[in-house]
Amino acid sequence: MEDPRTDPTAAADPTTPPTGQGAPHERAVDHRPDTDAEPVVRLTGVQKHFGDLHVLRDIDLAVAPGEVLVVIGPSGSGKSTLCRAINRLETIDEGEITVDGQPLPAEGRALARLRSEVGMVFQSFNLFAHKSVLDNVTLGPVKVRGRSRAEARKEAMGLLERVGVANQAEKMPAQLSGGQQQRVAIARALAMHPKVMLFDEPTSALDPEMINEVLDVMVELAREGMTMIVVTHEMGFARKAAHRVVFMADGQIVEQATPEEFFTNPRSDRAKDFLSKILTH
Amino acid sequence: MGDFFSQFATLFENYDVLGAFWVNIQLTFWAALLALVIGTVLALMRISPIPSLAWVGTAYVTIFRNTPLTIIMVFMTLGVWGQLKFELSQDFASNFFRLAVVALAVYHAAFVCEAIRSGVNTVPLGQAEAARAIGLSFLPAARIVILPQAFRGAVAPLGNTLIALIKNSTVAAAAGVATETSTLMKNMIEFNSSLIYAIFLTFAIGYVILVIPVGVATTALSRRLAVRR
Ligand SMILES: Nc1ncnc2c1ncn2[C@@H]1O[C@H](COP(=O)(O)OP(=O)(O)OP(=O)(O)O)[C@@H](O)[C@H]1O
Ligand SMILES: [Mg+2]
Repeated sequence: MEDPRTDPTAAADPTTPPTGQGAPHERAVDHRPDTDAEPVVRLTGVQKHFGDLHVLRDIDLAVAPGEVLVVIGPSGSGKSTLCRAINRLETIDEGEITVDGQPLPAEGRALARLRSEVGMVFQSFNLFAHKSVLDNVTLGPVKVRGRSRAEARKEAMGLLERVGVANQAEKMPAQLSGGQQQRVAIARALAMHPKVMLFDEPTSALDPEMINEVLDVMVELAREGMTMIVVTHEMGFARKAAHRVVFMADGQIVEQATPEEFFTNPRSDRAKDFLSKILTH
Repeated sequence: MGDFFSQFATLFENYDVLGAFWVNIQLTFWAALLALVIGTVLALMRISPIPSLAWVGTAYVTIFRNTPLTIIMVFMTLGVWGQLKFELSQDFASNFFRLAVVALAVYHAAFVCEAIRSGVNTVPLGQAEAARAIGLSFLPAARIVILPQAFRGAVAPLGNTLIALIKNSTVAAAAGVATETSTLMKNMIEFNSSLIYAIFLTFAIGYVILVIPVGVATTALSRRLAVRR
């Protein structure tokens, strides 16, 4: 019997059809990524060191439009660094990263523009603490994109509605629960109309009862065809929404497969070992 | 007792005590404004990703924080004005006043910078990362996200700097600002040496009255403005 905790989305997501006995992991996302098109994100021969520590070793990865990629791996394997390198919150030593076909600019306005097209959701939410929920969402569109305040507010309210926190729009972030804050953070990223969304362990700072409300929003986003790179250990999410699981260890991509294949039949010993640990405790 | 009060009455009748305090208040006001601007720019330089700018900011703070104010004040008049012929006004008195304001400002800017930087340290790194992630470059991120939170976290140390500035404004005497409080006290002691206790108390109490509200206000403000996380 599998531990039910490994599939937290199954029970709570109202959009999921009732799960029959033979299908514990009903897929919620059925579209295929457009693998013939230019990848939204492409990493080629990426190397990164922190001092003596080789954190990213020769990473090659291409993410197709509409693809939902789950990155999984033990602590310290470089998952966060990979995510952060994609919008250049970390620099890389060697190799190339392109977003929508364009190499990442080194700095300045060009980099800022590119970052505005890559949505990022952090483990610790990082909502602007001195701004209301609504202002958090409108800040980027108004200050970066130069949209009018009224227009930005209208769209922000729509996004807050979509993630289910519209009734909290005038509150300050500290007045919201963790799950609510993280959903606002997703709305803030979506307000920029990003080409890809990066999630770095978006639910691991949350109390268990709030995990599903965030995962539900992410599943919905995946279903709508958003290109997503998600670092998470939530296997329920992976089975439900991911097209591909990438397993990292010691800064390398050790194996990649469909979620079904990866979770039921991992090939490498590292992956087997890792899965046995997260499945049994 | 009544005699003691009449001593104060004599002093206030013969000297423009309030006028002298008003000069110190004006010195403080303009110097605080200028120091806030310079100190904010310095703090921005010190947290900027450009190493040469950060270096200049650090060098400034190290030099001005460790140089006695009197040295800066005397240098302003005898060096900058006397030798370099740098003038801030045609009028003699207001030239000295402005030189004193500049000296007070460049000195206290170093402390303002450090106060703001301590405020920046109260802002979690994730705030800056989130700002960068939505596409704000350094200056907009600093202006919209980091500094507003940093100032709220720096109210108490900024208040302390303002209190120091109020008291240090008397050093303007060294730059030839003859109408301020310490110069007035000197004159009083010279001509009314029998009243020295009343003279001392006049100025001591005067500064207590100026400084205490600033301390109370900043303590209250720093509590009210604190960013809840
Ligand atoms: N700024 C840094 N300076 C030095 N070392 C760092 C820095 N950031 C991360 N590291 C190290 O790099 C390695 C990879 O870190 P990373 O955060 O990418 O791992 P991770 O896979 O996200 O782990 P976790 O599951 O714990 O979040 C770790 O050993 C970490 O200690
Ligand atoms: Mg991590």
